[in-house]
Amino acid sequence: MTQTLHSLELDPKLAAIVADFPILARPTSRGKRLVYLDSAATSQKPRAVIDALVEYYEGYNANIHRGVYEIAERATAAYEAARVKLAHFINAGVSEVVWVRNTTEAVNLVAYTWGSQNVRRGDAILVTELEHHSDLVPWQALATRTGARLRFIPANPRGELILDDLDRLLDGCKIVAIGHVSNTLGTIAPLERVIARAHQAGAVVLVDGAQAAPHFRVDVKALDADFYAFSGHKMLGPTGIGVLYGKHAILETMPPFDYGGDMIARVEYRGATFAEPPRRFEAGTANIADAIAFGVAVEYLENVGMDWIRAHERELTAYALDRLEQFEPRGLEIYGPRDPNLSSGVISFNFADIHAHDLASILDTEGVCIRAGHHCTMPLMDKMGWSATARASFYLYNSHADIDALAGGLEKAGRVFGV
Amino acid sequence: MDDFYRDYILDHYRNPRNYGHLERPDAQAEDLNPLCGDTIHMELEVAGDGTIRDVRFSGKGCAISQASASMLTESVKGMKLEDVARLSKDVVLENIGIGISPTRMKCAMLGLRVLKSAAIGELAAWPDEE
Repeated sequence: MTQTLHSLELDPKLAAIVADFPILARPTSRGKRLVYLDSAATSQKPRAVIDALVEYYEGYNANIHRGVYEIAERATAAYEAARVKLAHFINAGVSEVVWVRNTTEAVNLVAYTWGSQNVRRGDAILVTELEHHSDLVPWQALATRTGARLRFIPANPRGELILDDLDRLLDGCKIVAIGHVSNTLGTIAPLERVIARAHQAGAVVLVDGAQAAPHFRVDVKALDADFYAFSGHKMLGPTGIGVLYGKHAILETMPPFDYGGDMIARVEYRGATFAEPPRRFEAGTANIADAIAFGVAVEYLENVGMDWIRAHERELTAYALDRLEQFEPRGLEIYGPRDPNLSSGVISFNFADIHAHDLASILDTEGVCIRAGHHCTMPLMDKMGWSATARASFYLYNSHADIDALAGGLEKAGRVFGV
Repeated sequence: MDDFYRDYILDHYRNPRNYGHLERPDAQAEDLNPLCGDTIHMELEVAGDGTIRDVRFSGKGCAISQASASMLTESVKGMKLEDVARLSKDVVLENIGIGISPTRMKCAMLGLRVLKSAAIGELAAWPDEE
């Protein structure tokens, strides 16, 4: 029997949310309900965000910052209004919000501009053992380029960061790059402590917020982060758009990243002067439509309420841990923090000797979408001794029924593999 | 993918044939599938007439990769090295049966890629890309 959305008996608020996401109403090619448990990879999009893209291209598509005709004015206004929405969302100043392609580009931007300018031979760059490749490889490259040393805040087997040695690690450190939430283990980093100690040691802090900003309220001023990066596509927005927040005083000191149109003040044949931040870092025609749609995504999240989302995911995680623990006697191993208050909506696990990819393929036959592999954290997998893990991740549109479907799929996998 | 994990695939996964190492391999190769993190290592013992006298494989990874490699080792004993070098993806597809998704194709082909690499003495192309 194919489960439909109607038969899920969701509470009214959750039912209304689920109904806003068109893709969730489409069964898979096998006629199964789509059970999407891979929001850590990318999130699904509400009708409002999809409509915003269509409305832009049908109604007022024009290049921005230049034209004086009506649709150009409207496009410019919508694009800058989206910047304001993003600024309010994270409690930043409007001039502190730089549009980028994604979190990865944001990290590269800082590494190439602030990093090249401020990191010297012998300085230390501090990252953590939990970092996603996008917040690790750019720093490896910076260390190689400058002759700086790369250091790591270690993680214990439960995926918690060990801060015992923090002061020694911060000695001579210019910049700390740290993920707010681990995309593999869900661990929420102890940012307050790390940022405070980093500042005392004279280091700036870049926070990779890709897995955090979608899931709970982020206040960059309260955190006192120097840089904060996140991606639109993980928080109901389209792909190809993200935000780098930087403290205004720091952005002011940074040289450009890309050079070209729009990031200039005045150009002659033999030289140019550059614009003030944030536009100093936004060269060429912007990703106008997707920035506008990202603003709509953020409005949708504000309407649902970030506190509601956090509470919803915490409850789902607790329920999921409960259901997964029932498989532990048959060899299911759950990784990462077990306390749903210390983790954010991501659970990595392995099931007996079933390889994660085989598990994901069998779950796929039941319409259940999970991620399997190294999750762009190859060094972490090596350190923990895992060749791959399966990963389920939750967002505002998930329900107990989704987790029940996951458990049903695990049951099927267990039968097939005889565990 | 519904009936993909048939009994014989699970059998080869749980009881891989020709698993292990040769005392004095004449040729060997190794490779990994970046998607899954599967690894396969193949060792060949080659007779004077250029035929494969014995073969062993080892590795870690998904059921498709390990079972496919195991099945392959059963078919190549007695084959000439030059014929091994010319094996196409069809031999894998025949062994595994239908139903591999494009994403999992590399899992199935890894063993054949490593076997051909051992036969020719350098890293061969991916059989599904030839």
